[in-house]
Amino acid sequence: MTNGCGAPAQGGTIEVSTTETVLEGKVLSSGTPVGGAFVRLLDSTGEFTAEVVTSPEGDFRFFAAPGSWTVRALHRSGNGQADVSASGPGVHAVEIAVA
Amino acid sequence: MSRENVLVSAAWSEENLQAPGVVFAEVDEDTTAYEGGHIPGAVRIDWKTELQDPVRRDFIDREGFEKLLSAKGISNDDTVVLYGGNNNWFAAYAYWYFKLYGHTNVKLLDGGRKKWELDGRPLDKEEVVRAATSYTAQEQDLSIRAFRDEVVDAIGNKNLVDVRSPDEFSGKLLAPAHLPQEQAQRGGHIPSAVNVPWSKAANEDGTFKSDDELRALYAEAGFDGSRKTIAYCRIGERSSHTWFALRELLGHEDVKNYDGSWTEYGSLIGVPIELGSGKEA
Repeated sequence: MTNGCGAPAQGGTIEVSTTETVLEGKVLSSGTPVGGAFVRLLDSTGEFTAEVVTSPEGDFRFFAAPGSWTVRALHRSGNGQADVSASGPGVHAVEIAVA
Repeated sequence: MSRENVLVSAAWSEENLQAPGVVFAEVDEDTTAYEGGHIPGAVRIDWKTELQDPVRRDFIDREGFEKLLSAKGISNDDTVVLYGGNNNWFAAYAYWYFKLYGHTNVKLLDGGRKKWELDGRPLDKEEVVRAATSYTAQEQDLSIRAFRDEVVDAIGNKNLVDVRSPDEFSGKLLAPAHLPQEQAQRGGHIPSAVNVPWSKAANEDGTFKSDDELRALYAEAGFDGSRKTIAYCRIGERSSHTWFALRELLGHEDVKNYDGSWTEYGSLIGVPIELGSGKEA
């Protein structure tokens, strides 16, 4: 059976193959993790690519590709965004502050 | 078809939570969101375990749909308001599915869970119990569902609208970027398809763009209003979102959703595949 396109659980640790480019991190508000935030992955032209909802610990994760990306978080307490550059495969960390 | 007949706002919904003859239903693939808090009074429909046949790769049949809706306490004359996460992808899929089985009055909650949560509207964890009904479904309305042979025949003569992200369209990615990329099928898109990512039809808060914005979006992509249309994505839920925009909001008459989508097409032996950005301007 084909799985759907819904996002898997966010947070935790995963095995990342040598070919995958993973962008992951937390959404924070004054240093406190924000769960239930909508995090949007935008490509280098600002085009929407994917969206996930943060775990209760504020975690999010995308399976992207090398290049420049923007991660943008929306929450009823505020919005914020951050840029991340993935030079190659591997795990790239990024934090987003919302206010 | 007008927007008011098919789409309701979060504000309208909050005012009509108790309205007689209106049933709210949350549709998701991952139903933990519902368990963590749902719109008061909303029933849950699990896309994976309730709308898909557990063995064959297909939908539950007419009788199965009748049993499901009867058990959920939904009557034929109820107005069903669907909403969900993932920018309403699965809710839009369910909307199309309800139409497939002939439900008369079904609407989408504009913006789904995201808009509702961003607005800070109420959610609760109350168990929702509705008295069972005796629901009667129609035979599938195949004027809105496309199958693979029809899709192959449509190359070069119908609008094929690929609503996946540009990187999936070009063959660079095999799935949306929030999912692992290990897949069996080949990458690329159906030749002659235009790429209009579903996300371009939605605002950041998950609501649909205005009719004028939608018309401009598809016109710019080379969508020909005089041709018949088939929309597809990876498994048919993002394309349900675009099917909704093209048929229900803009009123294009002959629009089908290809629910087999890229997981089927990209696994077929011998069919043509195009790589790169194709006809996209």
